Amino acid sequence: MKKKYIAVVDYGMGNLMSVSKALESVYPEVRVTASKSVINNAAAVVLPGVGAFEDAVKNLNKCGISKTIKSNILTGKPFFGICLGLQLLYTRSEENGSWEGFNVIKGTVKKFPVNMELKVPQIGWNKIFIKNKSPVLNGVKDGSFVYFVHSYYGVPEDKSIICTETLYGEKFASSVNAGNVFASQFHPEKSQWVGLNILKNFVELIKC
Amino acid sequence: MKNNYLAKRIIPCLDVKNGEVVKGIKFLNLVKAGDPVKAALEYDRQGGDELVFLDITASHEKRKTIIDVVKRTAAKIFIPLTVGGGINQISDIRALLKAGADKVSINTAAISNPGFIKEASKIFGSQCIVVAIDAKRSGKNKWEIYTHGGRKATGLDAVKWAKKVAALGAGEILLTSMDADGTKTGYDIALTRAVSEAVNIPVIASGGAGNVRHMVEVLKKGKADAVLAASIFHHKTHTVVSVKQQLRKAGVLVRI
Repeated sequence: MKKKYIAVVDYGMGNLMSVSKALESVYPEVRVTASKSVINNAAAVVLPGVGAFEDAVKNLNKCGISKTIKSNILTGKPFFGICLGLQLLYTRSEENGSWEGFNVIKGTVKKFPVNMELKVPQIGWNKIFIKNKSPVLNGVKDGSFVYFVHSYYGVPEDKSIICTETLYGEKFASSVNAGNVFASQFHPEKSQWVGLNILKNFVELIKC
Repeated sequence: MKNNYLAKRIIPCLDVKNGEVVKGIKFLNLVKAGDPVKAALEYDRQGGDELVFLDITASHEKRKTIIDVVKRTAAKIFIPLTVGGGINQISDIRALLKAGADKVSINTAAISNPGFIKEASKIFGSQCIVVAIDAKRSGKNKWEIYTHGGRKATGLDAVKWAKKVAALGAGEILLTSMDADGTKTGYDIALTRAVSEAVNIPVIASGGAGNVRHMVEVLKKGKADAVLAASIFHHKTHTVVSVKQQLRKAGVLVRI
C-alpha cells in the first residue's frame, strides 16, 4: 500500500517550515518536495508560497511542476493553496502586468487600491466572515481572527465558491472552496487554533 | 463606517542570552523562569499575536543556542515568530528561517550596509524582513538613529531612515524610543506618529510601556499598528489577556 502523506510543494517561494510544522501537528507524515512523483503519490497536496506572482510562475516552470500541480488538482485529491498558492489558482493576476495562473478558479487577482487610507500590504490579524459552508470551516466561528500578509487578493467569478470574506478597505474573498480545492489568502499555519482547526479539517478529508 | 477589522497587535518580547530568558518572568517562576520555550508557550496561550526573541548573546559561537530555541518553539506555537539580534549575513537569516522563524529583525547591519535590506527582502520576501530602528530625540520633532544597542550615534534622521528602509524592501519597522525605553512612563507618541505617517508599512512601537493607557495612546494618537512589550508582562499584574481586555474597553480592536 502506498504511504499516505501530504506533499507541501517547494518551488522556491519562501520558507515552508511553518507550513510543514503546522501540518505535522495535525498529520503524521508531511513531505516538503518539488518532485513530480512525490507530488503524484501524495494523498493531499498543499501549495504555499509568498512573494511575487511572476516569480512563482517562473519558478514553477523552472521546476517543471506546473502541469503536475494542475493534474493533481484534477485527480480530485484534497488540495490546499495558501496565500500566493491561492492566487496561483486563479485565471490571471494583475501583479506586474498580466500573468496566467492555473485557471482552476475562474477570476482575477487584483491589488488593494493605492489611494485607500490603509497600509498595503495588509499585515496582521483580520476577521473572516463565513459566506458559504465548507468542510474545512467546521468548528470555525464567524468573525474569527486569522493572520494575513498580502497586497493582492483573488476575485472569483463564481461567488458561490467563497467560503469567507474579509474587510480591508473593501470586502474580499479571503478563502474559497470548489470541490476538492481549498484555498486561503490568510496563513492557517500562523493563525493559532483557528488555523490549526482549518488544517485539521483539511487533513480529515484524506481519510474519506 | 468601519472599513476594516485589522486588529492592533500585541507582541510580547523575550530577551534571550545563551539560550536562557534574561529578565525573569514572574508568572513563570513556579515553572522554570529561564526557559524561553516555556515562556513563549505561555504567551501563546495568553493570546499574544506574535512573539519576538531578541538574542543578546555576546559570543558568536554561542549564537547557535537561539537556533535550537527557535526550533523547539516553532514546533509548538503557530503564531508569527520574529528573531532579532546580531543578524548581519544572509546565512544568519536563512538559518533562522529554516529553524522555524517567520521574520527576522535587522538593526545595526541595516545601517552599516543598507544594501543588506534590499538583498534580504529580495531573497526571502519583504514579509519576513523587519528593520529595527532605535531613535533618540535630538530636537523638536527630530530624532536621531543609534546602533550597537544604543551606544553609537549615526547622524541619521529617524523619519528619513524609515522611509529609506521601506523603499529598500523592509516589511515592517520595529521602532524603539531610546528616551522612553525602560522608563515605564509611556511611548514616544510624536516619534511613533511621525514614522507611521511617513511610511506605508506597519510600525511596531516599542519602549516605555508602563501601563495599558500608554499602549492605547501609542496605538491611537501614535498611529502604531502594533506594540512590543517586555517588562509590562513580567509582572503578575499584567497578562496579555488582561492587557487586551483593557485595550478593548478603551476602543482598540484586538484579537481576543
